[in-house]
Amino acid sequence: MAKLTIDDLKKIKEKSTKETSLRYGKANIKITVHMGTCGIAAGAREVMSALMEEMADADRQDIRVVTSGCMGMCSSEPNVTIEIEGAEPIVYRDMDQNRMRQVFKRHVLLGEVQTDFALARM
Amino acid sequence: MRELSLHILDIAENGITAGADCIHIFVNESRSDDRLKIKIGDNGSGLPPEKLDKLADPFVTTRTTRRVGLGLSLLAAAAQRCEGELTVETEPGKGTEVVATFRYNHIDRAPLGDMASTITTLIMGNPDIDFVYTHIIDENDFSLDTREIKKEMEDLSLSDPMVIHHLTESIRRSLRQLEASEDKTETREDTDGKTDNR
Repeated sequence: MAKLTIDDLKKIKEKSTKETSLRYGKANIKITVHMGTCGIAAGAREVMSALMEEMADADRQDIRVVTSGCMGMCSSEPNVTIEIEGAEPIVYRDMDQNRMRQVFKRHVLLGEVQTDFALARM
Repeated sequence: MRELSLHILDIAENGITAGADCIHIFVNESRSDDRLKIKIGDNGSGLPPEKLDKLADPFVTTRTTRRVGLGLSLLAAAAQRCEGELTVETEPGKGTEVVATFRYNHIDRAPLGDMASTITTLIMGNPDIDFVYTHIIDENDFSLDTREIKKEMEDLSLSDPMVIHHLTESIRRSLRQLEASEDKTETREDTDGKTDNR
């Protein structure tokens, strides 16, 4: 049976250890990608992929990404919630890959809320 | 949904909501038999028997916040329009197994799509849950078990963005190899004149 081989894993581990050796600390930023049926059908997985790429580029240990179910606002999916410690959580609506990159770079990294596609303060 | 891998992501998320800590995802592309089978199993809370016969009804859901449940009904519809079917086995307290079958070459069958993204999205978003993914294309197969990977990676978290990035690439590469090795068999069969052109 073909598997993700131990060699593959070792390579992943080697690369990642080099790249992550300096990181530690607790997460104080939480990004939630809502992945109900509605979110997935509207493109939440692609939003998640863009977020994963941005996360890999940003190289920050204090950011945690989680998925959750539908929050009842199916018509504005894909929704993404950004919670930064000490600030109000912001829900973004109608996200796509570009918007996700923008929100990540401006809001998550620089703290500038992107009001153009913010749906609500929680 | 545009891709079957999105259905898989959706049904797997259902299992997680049902409190599962291990999800099994199985994909079998049997081109020679013209069948595609997708199986998603979880060890979550399962469903009460009275819900079982109404599972594919979009107006039945276990949720109390809303009265619409679309995930399983969409998958059932996708399977049925491709000469396949959806079956669900569930036992309260033990878990649920969802099986969808399709005619592989049916004109309405959505492509499987980006399986690697589905798997790593699940891993990234649910670091405490284990996933076992098996993908068979005719004679060849690929498998991934996050319990083994976690053991191998020791102190490195599987939800670390760099790990996820490399993992996605590895899965993509492995699936490409599966398809490529399948192509060889296909050519061989073709020269024997046993398979039709697709």
